[in-house]
Amino acid sequence: MNTTKITGAHAVLKSLVAENVETIFGYPGGAIMPIYDALFDYSNEVNHILVRHEQGAIHAAQGYARTSGKTGVVFATSGPGATNLITGLADAQIDSTPLVCITGQVASHLLGTDAFQETDVIGISMPVTKWNCQVTKAEDIPVAIAKAFYIASTGRPGPVLIDVTKDAQFELMDFNYQKCTKIRSYQPKPDVNKTTLEAAAQLINQAKKPFLVIGQGIMLSDAEDELLQFVEKSGIPVASTLLGLGAFPNNNPLYVGYLGMHGDYAPNIKTNECDVLIGIGMRFDDRVTGDVSRYAKQAKVIHIDIDAAELNKIIKADVPVHADAKEALKLLTELVQEKQHPVWLNEFTEAKKTEVETLQKSSELSSSSELKMDEVIKILSEITNGAAVVVTDVGQHQMMTARYYNYNKSKSNITSGGLGTMGFALPAAIGAKFGTPDKTVIAVIGDGGFQMTLQELGTILQSKVAVKIIILNNRFLGMVRQWQDLFFEKRYSFTEIMSPDFVALAKAYSIESSRIEERTHLKEALLEMLNHQGSYLLEVMVAKEENVFPMVPTGASVSEIRLN
Amino acid sequence: MEKTYTVSVFTENSIGILNRITIIFTRRHLNIDSITASESEVKGVFRYTIVLRTTEEQVNKVVGQIEKLVDVLKAFVHQEEEIVHQEIALYKIKTDKLTNGEVEKVIRENHARILTVDPLFMVIEKTGHVAETQLLFENLKPFGILEFARSGRVAVTKPMKELSTYLKELETKK
Repeated sequence: MNTTKITGAHAVLKSLVAENVETIFGYPGGAIMPIYDALFDYSNEVNHILVRHEQGAIHAAQGYARTSGKTGVVFATSGPGATNLITGLADAQIDSTPLVCITGQVASHLLGTDAFQETDVIGISMPVTKWNCQVTKAEDIPVAIAKAFYIASTGRPGPVLIDVTKDAQFELMDFNYQKCTKIRSYQPKPDVNKTTLEAAAQLINQAKKPFLVIGQGIMLSDAEDELLQFVEKSGIPVASTLLGLGAFPNNNPLYVGYLGMHGDYAPNIKTNECDVLIGIGMRFDDRVTGDVSRYAKQAKVIHIDIDAAELNKIIKADVPVHADAKEALKLLTELVQEKQHPVWLNEFTEAKKTEVETLQKSSELSSSSELKMDEVIKILSEITNGAAVVVTDVGQHQMMTARYYNYNKSKSNITSGGLGTMGFALPAAIGAKFGTPDKTVIAVIGDGGFQMTLQELGTILQSKVAVKIIILNNRFLGMVRQWQDLFFEKRYSFTEIMSPDFVALAKAYSIESSRIEERTHLKEALLEMLNHQGSYLLEVMVAKEENVFPMVPTGASVSEIRLN
Repeated sequence: MEKTYTVSVFTENSIGILNRITIIFTRRHLNIDSITASESEVKGVFRYTIVLRTTEEQVNKVVGQIEKLVDVLKAFVHQEEEIVHQEIALYKIKTDKLTNGEVEKVIRENHARILTVDPLFMVIEKTGHVAETQLLFENLKPFGILEFARSGRVAVTKPMKELSTYLKELETKK
């Protein structure tokens, strides 16, 4: 054991190194200066990425965590630095992303005095973190950090915040690090109840029309292989939530589509026709269920989730299974009979045909020759073989990407699902690139969302982040405009948005860029973007007033999904 | 259907835990009727007793969310008949009201007791259910109540595993 005394700030860095942290996203400031000073000595061990705004840091850490499966780490100073993290914390909380955020705080004798850049970050972040704590003594730092990593990454993952006062950063202490492996009041790994799983298996074995809906929980528990084995044995059609996309390969014949408000026609209507509905690692969000009083009423429901509070929260389960998806799937695969459901599966194929034909007709009827978002995504999917990491922002382009990008790889779909945070994609893509440096990372962003965090182009410039950016520019806040069109008598209240010259803007940051308006240039432009070494921004001018269909309007049942 | 529920929460002794618990109620627009907290029979483990009126479905969801908190050991929801509970109330009235024997009668009938008598005021104490402490309040009202304070509910459960047994299970769990 090292008996030389070190400062609390060095203890922060040493603790992070002990947790195998390689990348930190952050922004310095007064109250975190001792930690940044210590960081100066750790440049060989950790890579710190200087962002342009703390919101950028936390979204980048989310992108990093979601692609790498590791815990994302963020540094921010007190006051505004800490409050700028709140959106990202809320986003990570609702989308179950493991993060450890370390914020500086004013010296402990100043707490509660309205000191310069003092804010009650513990109080503010409490509802949007899985756990948080304030450290006022250097000796408490290693324990707090060990606990933070354990809590953030186990059970249902989530964001954790540690607020370290400036005096604790300066104080000397004896460093000794022990990883946290147990907290008495926190039991992240449920014991699987075999009897419950047998009941689930019995329902599945008797089912004529079983239907499996999966969420991000599959990827969070590394259960992709177990899922594939279960599905191939049981022959059950699989649909995915927005965050679950990629957990099951899109090109598998048993994959029947994307669920929810702008999901595919087949999985939505079949939800209300199946006899056994199995939800794994998903939480029956309102964007998935539509009207819950008319959701899968005819079906027996099996719900498998690691978070006990999710069971029976929205949809009453006939068989609620409190378990880790990987473990449950492994056991369930042994218990289910080998089966195929060709007739039932064919119903999905037929429904899909209806969708494709109807959408095709609508497209033909449209007089506009403007480029459409779906055309861009379809070609992108084709030329990348559905194997790129695709990061999306929030809105129409997000739904179009979810619909038309054929995600064939796990942890390749990074988007803000639960919170719907515009401005997420650009910084998240930066983090995603650091999380998976060998993969092509493409951010697909709308003209509105891009302008919310475009300052992170500076991060791309400084840290030479080779991300590809596609702006689908329709000169509108498209999704809100679509709702105004459909539900507010086309009163386009403040949804028309002007943009700067994005190509010139990118050039100002030394990012290669181009703009296209013509369909004929589309494939060529996408290929040029992909083949370019380093970052690239491609602005695609798309139809001004295109609506995303299918759509389950708010309050409607999934079986009332509209195709036009 | 709305009913009165008593929620018992056992927690570690950590800063902010009360806030973490109340946030769960606030977020769901639920009003807490009363809340009390103190150390339980196990050193370092705190017991919160929260009373609220809501539906069974809602209270179960709330308890699920409370249990999810990292520093919460266990949370239980109880119906009225499953617990033995009590509140304490203090009533301050002017001492000169004691002279005519009427106050004494009220105190006797309500099985209350006098805690202290000062030349100017006296303090009466009554423990019981809300209805009982409220009744004494009404009975003392004509004499002029200078101050009135009532605690939240404290409750112990009729059937329940001992906390220490439960803690042992948590500690030995892998």
